[in-house]
Amino acid sequence: MAKARVKAPKKAKAGDIVTIKTLITHKMESGRRKNKKTGELIPRHIIDKFTAKFNGTEFFSADWHGAVSANPYMSFSYKAEKSGEFEFIWHDEKGEETVKKSKITVA
Amino acid sequence: MTKMTILKRSKLLAAALGGMMIGFGTANTVVADDLAAFKVGDKHSGYVYTAKETRALQDDDFENPAMLWVEEGEALWSKAGPNGKSCASCHEDAAAMKGVAAVYPKYDAKNKKMINIEQMINREIVEKTGGKALKWESKPLLALTAFVSLQSRGMPVAVKTDGEAAPFLAKGKAFFYKRRGQLDMACKHCHEDNAGNMIRADLLSQGQANGFPTYRLKWQKIGSLHRRFRGCNKNIRAKPFKAGSDEYVNLELYVKSRGAGLNMEAPSVRR
Amino acid sequence: MTKMKVEVLDRRQFVIAAGASATALIAGFTGAANATPEKAMEYMTKLTNGGVAKAMDGKIKVDLPEIAENGNTVPVKVSVESDMSADDYVKTVHLISEGNPAPEMASFHFTPASGRANAAARMRLAKTQNVVGIAEMSDGKIYMSKTQVKVTIGGCGG
Repeated sequence: MAKARVKAPKKAKAGDIVTIKTLITHKMESGRRKNKKTGELIPRHIIDKFTAKFNGTEFFSADWHGAVSANPYMSFSYKAEKSGEFEFIWHDEKGEETVKKSKITVA
Repeated sequence: MTKMTILKRSKLLAAALGGMMIGFGTANTVVADDLAAFKVGDKHSGYVYTAKETRALQDDDFENPAMLWVEEGEALWSKAGPNGKSCASCHEDAAAMKGVAAVYPKYDAKNKKMINIEQMINREIVEKTGGKALKWESKPLLALTAFVSLQSRGMPVAVKTDGEAAPFLAKGKAFFYKRRGQLDMACKHCHEDNAGNMIRADLLSQGQANGFPTYRLKWQKIGSLHRRFRGCNKNIRAKPFKAGSDEYVNLELYVKSRGAGLNMEAPSVRR
Repeated sequence: MTKMKVEVLDRRQFVIAAGASATALIAGFTGAANATPEKAMEYMTKLTNGGVAKAMDGKIKVDLPEIAENGNTVPVKVSVESDMSADDYVKTVHLISEGNPAPEMASFHFTPASGRANAAARMRLAKTQNVVGIAEMSDGKIYMSKTQVKVTIGGCGG
């Protein structure tokens, strides 16, 4: 599992649009770089899908390609309506998943 | 080697540097007032020579990718070594490291030479936790260095350069001013004579060390000062020394003395 | 002293050559023929099932620096004017490159629960080029923007 961090508010008023920021360590190896010593292409290994859910329902997602920088940053918005739990999922092409959760109380 | 030839060579270098700059000319992009925190008299942190989008990455602890390594370092701080001890066992929490990175490299009475922060961390790992020394540029060493260096953030660089450190400072200073490599250049040609000028599309900095370890956009990860020394030496087609070598530790002492008083910014973000 | 054997002229040529070799060094994007505006359009046509041919100006804003200090990590912000209501919202924003080895960069999928069609990320740009932003709305309308980014190569081997 890669190392991920999430900045999401813990409290909000109903109707507030909050900003969520995420960052994860990942080389995002594009598959176009060559090994300096052997000259061989370093195989591609990227995170290709990011998903954000609230109480189990997806509200935002992103498809990532080789052009996304290493240690990808992703920020997006969410309209708070009720209390619950966020779930953030990073899925890489090898099938590995990193998951982070965050609770929010909405008054 | 005749005198005539020496003159020709240095004139050529001036021409080469000038030629490299003619495409862009001198570009004084050093902005005055809002960067006061990053300057001490004529000394300017690398932050001053960095594009504003890159600065924005450093300014926010969440957005700064280097913080991912700091988090890792924080976890390692409490991780027990083979003998059951961790950094935390003796030092308790990170606050014990406040001001530490700002004064390294230090004179080491045991080996009778300078020791820098990465070497000190490794010494502690080996002697106090029974572990094996971490390889230079390895993830755990970078993480611990970033975590320890962060504790000095905002404090002035304050390496001791007198007493036992003096002869090593002199060696580091000699390195800084010595021409080397196929391009026959010294650190000073870029970082003293041309700081603030363009070298092709790059704005030259003063080569300060207060931001290391740094997340370099080029490396797409965090890296040590010695990695940068090696890169710079390779750029002028000089054989690089090993990270942790006496040459680089002495150079580190001298470079830090040039930046004495500048605020520690580790872990910074640079291009 | 081997240094003296190097001819004065040779060294100047070497310096220029050293500079030129620096241009190939952007991590991840060496060699292979790069995308072109034509390839980018081909990709966009596929992405939007031909809809891109009817793309309009306006509504979508893609913020990019004028000059990217390093092509490895270029911050990009997208925002699309929309109430994001259940019957009128932004479904997807695509970012397409006209100068990278491949045109595909990223696609962001929104829902009314997003509140705003805003997103920020960091992209790799292999060289100076246009970045195209496409917004697909829930009613089928498509908006497009094009932004040029100058990507600098370092001075001394990067």
